[in-house]
Amino acid sequence: MKMNRLALPLVLALAATLAATGCKKTPVKVTPMPGAQAGNVPDNQSANTLPNANTLNPDANPNVTSGSTPTAGLDEFEGMKKDAAALAAYTIHFSFDSAVIKKAEHANISAVASALSGNQSDKLLIEGNCDERGTEEYNRALGERRALAAREALAKAGVSPDRIRTISYGKDKPADPGHDEAAWGKNRRDDFILLHPK
Amino acid sequence: MKKIILSLTIAVLALNFSRAQEINIQTEINVLGQTKPIPVCLSGFTGEAAEVLKFDLYVQGFSFVSSDAAQYVISGSDAGNVTGNVTDKFAKRSILSRTYNGASTRRQAHAFADDIVQAIQNKKGIGQTKIAYKSQGASGPGEIFVADFDGHGAQAITTDGAIVAKPAWVPGKLALYYTSYARGNPDIFYHSLSGASGGQRRVIAGYSGLNTSAAVSPDGSRIAMVLSKSGSPNVWVCSADGTNLKRITTGVQDSSPCWSPNGDWICFATEQNGRRRLAKIPAGGGTVQSLNTAGVSSPTEPDWSPDGKWIAFTSQTRDDFNICVMPADGSGSPSVLVGGQNPSWAANSRTLVFNRAMGYRQVLSVLDVFTKQYKDCGRATGSNSQPAWAK
Repeated sequence: MKMNRLALPLVLALAATLAATGCKKTPVKVTPMPGAQAGNVPDNQSANTLPNANTLNPDANPNVTSGSTPTAGLDEFEGMKKDAAALAAYTIHFSFDSAVIKKAEHANISAVASALSGNQSDKLLIEGNCDERGTEEYNRALGERRALAAREALAKAGVSPDRIRTISYGKDKPADPGHDEAAWGKNRRDDFILLHPK
Repeated sequence: MKKIILSLTIAVLALNFSRAQEINIQTEINVLGQTKPIPVCLSGFTGEAAEVLKFDLYVQGFSFVSSDAAQYVISGSDAGNVTGNVTDKFAKRSILSRTYNGASTRRQAHAFADDIVQAIQNKKGIGQTKIAYKSQGASGPGEIFVADFDGHGAQAITTDGAIVAKPAWVPGKLALYYTSYARGNPDIFYHSLSGASGGQRRVIAGYSGLNTSAAVSPDGSRIAMVLSKSGSPNVWVCSADGTNLKRITTGVQDSSPCWSPNGDWICFATEQNGRRRLAKIPAGGGTVQSLNTAGVSSPTEPDWSPDGKWIAFTSQTRDDFNICVMPADGSGSPSVLVGGQNPSWAANSRTLVFNRAMGYRQVLSVLDVFTKQYKDCGRATGSNSQPAWAK
């Protein structure tokens, strides 16, 4: 019988195991805690003393200037003063899951471009944002693509991309905390923050 | 000799329960979302010990039944120290008998759960493992936390009051990489949590634009991440300290890299011909190979199981997210398991931690991919997401 043929190795294995251990009176084993098998993660006691982050050293950035990068280094924007009000009227909005700038937003792009051409020492921070419906990291990338799309459009309108810095907040910084299309439409946006020299 | 003969007799008697043997064999064949849980009877434990044992065993593929219906009987006590016994009803023998001392009842119960899993499934249990995740309170942008895998003993690792994202463990070490906006830009930090360097951290990617989604190679030597320094968000790889930076993808919509367990491949979310896809690329760069995720829409957030067999990921419809798992070798289509996002594998390659919506907040939950049994992590307040399971 097939079952028996399959079972034979099982019988032998079981028999061997039982022969080795089965008939001895096994004392109850004691495992001291925290167990030696805790492995690479800490037991609770050490977890309670996990060190918090040290204070940040703002200069501890090894690579703002390394490599050749199409985006301007962060140090180019060091210490500039943020003026969120100046260009607040020109916030642009996007369709669901899209980083394409709509035709209707071109007037806002032009307005931002002319504000920047008015004062060559000013620079620009573009903040890309998403509604809450994508996953967090997908949206962080989508927000960056939205900011970069505006940067590209501004470059076509004559603004040097070296004057523009982008940041994505993904879905972490909604303009409207609501959970409907009215809120989502407001949250799929690029905000333009004017940067004045210090 | 007498002993051997006696043992053989017992073994043959045990085999007479041939149906039982069939059931026993069946549990070894795991099918995504369709495996029957191993029925056990749990008795003698109270309060926290019972709660821990039930949680740990449930999310590793066990179900709790009466003594009559059980394949294994787990008995014991938590009066004083945790003491436990496991009897295999079909083989009619004790397979585990142990008592635990020291630490807390909770720790002892987790250790017993691990020993049960080892005795019955011959696998290392997950009861004493950690997760890291992003936690947001009612106000404030959130911090990185570390807790037991079931959500207990949570502790804030950052206190910057800045947006944080996507913690990733260094395999085998008490150290994390994560994204923080503490410097006014999304940067990737390395943060040591132990020894003389405990609490020290440094920026390993702080380029202009986006620096996020760090994933550590299985040997800890390399980091895959998403940077936009080239002008679009793409996957880059660097050494653990941030040096030797190399761009490896050029898609218009790349996100969420993860490593194959042998370190040869990076799987990531991308777009091809206008459709969102999962793809893999050699970790040193090369040709992008699209993965077959037929039947689900907008796949993202892949995580490759430590045994190499599976890729878990999130699928997305317009309003819903689902946890999916598919064979990593492309031999089958994805199984949609439960609602949720951000899956991260445990070392056992069968349990995932993920987050799922509860109203407008996110709760962490733990899922056994074979039985589809899941349980929410305990005592969570606020919104918790992007869990990473220490391995």
